[in-house]
Amino acid sequence: MNNQEQDQPLIFELSTPGRIGFSLPDLEIEELSLESILPAEYIREEEAELPEVSELDIMRHYTALSRRNHGVDSGFYPLGSCTMKYNPKINEAVARFNGFAHIHPLQEESTVQGALELMYDLQEHLIEITGMDEVTLQPAAGAHGEWTGLMMIRAFHEANGDTERTKVIVPDSAHGTNPASATVAGFETVTVKSNDQGLVDLEDLRRVVGPDTAALMLTNPNTLGLFEENILEMAEIVHGAGGKLYYDGANLNAVLSKARPGDMGFDVVHLNLHKTFTGPHGGGGPGSGPVGVKKELIPFLPAPIVAKKDDQYILDYDRPQSIGRVKPYYGNFGINVRAYTYIRTMGPDGLKAVTEYAVLNANYMMRRLAEYYDLPFDRHCKHEFVLSGRRQKKLGVRTLDIAKRLLDFGYHPPTIYFPLNVEECIMIEPTETESKETLDSFIDAMIQIAKEAEENPEIVQEAPHTTVIKRLDETLAARKPVLRYAKAEK
Amino acid sequence: MKHRYLPMTEQDQQQMLEAVGVSSIDELFQDIPESVRFKGEYSIKPAASESALLKEMTRLAAKNADLKQNTSFLGAGVYDHYIPTIVDHVISRSEFYTAYTPYQPEISQGELQAIFEFQTMFCELTGMDVANSSMYDGGTAIAEAAMLSTGHTRRKKILISKAVHPETRDVVKTYAKGQYIEVVEIPYADGITDLEALANLASEDIAGVIVQYPNFFGRIEPLKEIEQIVHEQKAMLIVSSNPAALGALTPPGKFGADIVAGDAQPFGIPSAFGGPHCGYFAVTSKLMRKVPGRLVGQTVDEDGKRGFVLTLQAREQHIRRDKATSNICSNQALNALAASVAMTALGKKGVKEMSTRNIQKAHYAKKRMKAAGLDVVFEGPSFNEFVVKLNKPVSEINKLLLQKGIIGGYDLGRSYPELEDHMLIAVTELRTKEEIDTFVAELGDGHE
Ligand SMILES: Cc1ncc(COP(=O)(O)O)c(C=O)c1O
Repeated sequence: MNNQEQDQPLIFELSTPGRIGFSLPDLEIEELSLESILPAEYIREEEAELPEVSELDIMRHYTALSRRNHGVDSGFYPLGSCTMKYNPKINEAVARFNGFAHIHPLQEESTVQGALELMYDLQEHLIEITGMDEVTLQPAAGAHGEWTGLMMIRAFHEANGDTERTKVIVPDSAHGTNPASATVAGFETVTVKSNDQGLVDLEDLRRVVGPDTAALMLTNPNTLGLFEENILEMAEIVHGAGGKLYYDGANLNAVLSKARPGDMGFDVVHLNLHKTFTGPHGGGGPGSGPVGVKKELIPFLPAPIVAKKDDQYILDYDRPQSIGRVKPYYGNFGINVRAYTYIRTMGPDGLKAVTEYAVLNANYMMRRLAEYYDLPFDRHCKHEFVLSGRRQKKLGVRTLDIAKRLLDFGYHPPTIYFPLNVEECIMIEPTETESKETLDSFIDAMIQIAKEAEENPEIVQEAPHTTVIKRLDETLAARKPVLRYAKAEK
Repeated sequence: MKHRYLPMTEQDQQQMLEAVGVSSIDELFQDIPESVRFKGEYSIKPAASESALLKEMTRLAAKNADLKQNTSFLGAGVYDHYIPTIVDHVISRSEFYTAYTPYQPEISQGELQAIFEFQTMFCELTGMDVANSSMYDGGTAIAEAAMLSTGHTRRKKILISKAVHPETRDVVKTYAKGQYIEVVEIPYADGITDLEALANLASEDIAGVIVQYPNFFGRIEPLKEIEQIVHEQKAMLIVSSNPAALGALTPPGKFGADIVAGDAQPFGIPSAFGGPHCGYFAVTSKLMRKVPGRLVGQTVDEDGKRGFVLTLQAREQHIRRDKATSNICSNQALNALAASVAMTALGKKGVKEMSTRNIQKAHYAKKRMKAAGLDVVFEGPSFNEFVVKLNKPVSEINKLLLQKGIIGGYDLGRSYPELEDHMLIAVTELRTKEEIDTFVAELGDGHE
């Protein structure tokens, strides 16, 4: 049994009274007791039970935890819809510069010209990349951007006296945040069906569109990795009814330099800088979800926007029709610094190659796997594709089992059971930063698993066999929630 | 195209195209209608080499006056605290920062356990039963708390104290607009929430009352009195709290708060021009199933071994879609990790000591200001911030201060027209006696 396989105690269990892991500056002034400064009712009686450990204890603890975690730097991570590409180290270095990491958001504008210049330039780059007319960097993540965009669409309709537009249309293949954001923005969600080619069913779209339509939210390529080739007709249908077109930019890695949301007829777009523009993903965040809009919607952008006035960069708060603030300060600046660094590293030719290689990698994998797994939509995919595990399901092997078996090969599995409109869905996104050798090894593993499903299903059903822990009892976790550590009663 | 991030060789490309059965990459994009196909390349800056870009970014960063080279007395929601060096070493381990949400628990136990520890630490600090894995920031966490209270009580009105961070109030109003919820501001009196006004505004139709503890002016709100008024109407008490203060101050949970939320930035997270920071969200156990965002729970594997998983997911967007308790998906996990490491390094003794020193040093600065003839207003129990009324515009004074390497306090006139020439001053444990004395002397000079 190696280190990794041993249980790592909770940091609280490693605590020993009397140990410390900090070094605070000296007080230097006369030490007054809290009692002499504050009324007794405000002085904490019981100390917060935080751990008491030395600095080495802490480093060993988190090093042990990190070894029980799989990141892109550990191995292949083809998690569909999440664009788990390489996270460049120069981004990390730049984001830590004192002049970026250690500046206060409420400093005088004249003292943060470098930061404002970076934000302005990033806005300009994203405007060009999306084909929109203006961009806000305020939203903290994709879902936050969705809600921001929908709030602007609502404000736009309301400003036109169009108060009956209460519905947002989303395809059945849409990500869960789309309908959830619609609700938070005060809309009702209507679902439009996909057809047997995996694209939005135009007939169904015509049926659900009407005078109550505020917007259609669309991911293009959609979550099946397929380009909605009827996009112009769809735009016509929605615009014809007075609705707006919203672009979920989670899949922008598929179309950089190939098609811009603005040119496809979209009115609002959010980007996921933590995906397409190398965030990183941080174990779940932080992200950054800038929103771009067409001219008509500019007045409704959240204030402030970075603007250029003479030679100075300013925060423009003078936006009377703004939907208001969606976040304190100006967005996840540190993530925006990384995205900017990435865009500048790639340049226009680099960004074009990103998409071309991402799409070639995905098509290559799809073709090589099509013999072993069901391919529900047999056409060129974009940066990702879906397989269905229904053939294996008939053998008693579920998609979940396949995912768990992949762990034994050292891979993070693909996204599974999403989108919802494909049975036993397996959604694979290789990204452009993976080599052919890596793709081939993964393909070999998938082929082996397909064979195991036929010849020796138990090995798949009982997977994983090599991880630090086996499958966990999720029902127990939800039925008897234990959400914090509590010291055992002696 | 050769690039250090792109491993594709010409030979790879040839073999892959053959396997796909196309003769060029372009063929793979034929499904994009001709009329919207983007031709050529973006008109953006050309690619820069690694060294050239580092130089350019170094220069750009140098155009900003940073908190390392200057001495900051600016707080107003974002604070210059001790960041243990170890924090950056831990969060730089790429097993953490290059992973995503721990959907596959067998290979994500590290992240899951770290979150479980984070949840525990926030329960301890706030005195609440349940804390989630993080929110975007303090502002949106409070807005989500407001939404939770309206959903839970089925009432459509929120009261929020004017002594709550102005940008948090703005965010709450934007969210409220989305949900057709009315937001009414409670005035302040002498630097704290006006209790009489609160009592008058409180009625049976309010879902929740939001106050900040310590509040935007640094004052400690009388939560005991506020709690009585709020709960008399069966509304929810929502407390926005600076967790660094809770090492020494009575936690809001003790006063009967229903939701405590805010920003973990004071624990190990750099100011970074306002983000990314890290929202936290803590509730009483009866609200457990209404919490937004991800929760990590403890369970066992097939062999009975302890392990951690994402749990109670039936609240979340990927399961409930339009009926979810929130639309949040990605959160601020890496910064939650930073906060965990900082809270671990500080530990039981350190959080208390850091918190106490903020109170002591701010108290000292306040005394010195008064001795120098400066007009300290809104006097009363406070944490690490207080307000001084000056006789010149704050921005003018701040310009002079910067020449001496000092980043002055926040100009309250920016968000409170009635507080023109009032400066909100933050004194954290990092400020030395000399720095404080110099600042007092400079302000005193500017004052004359
Ligand atoms: C298609 C799609 N839309 C929206 C989102 C939400 O983005 P975020 O997690 O940044 O809020 C995601 C990410 O998981 C996604 O894959």
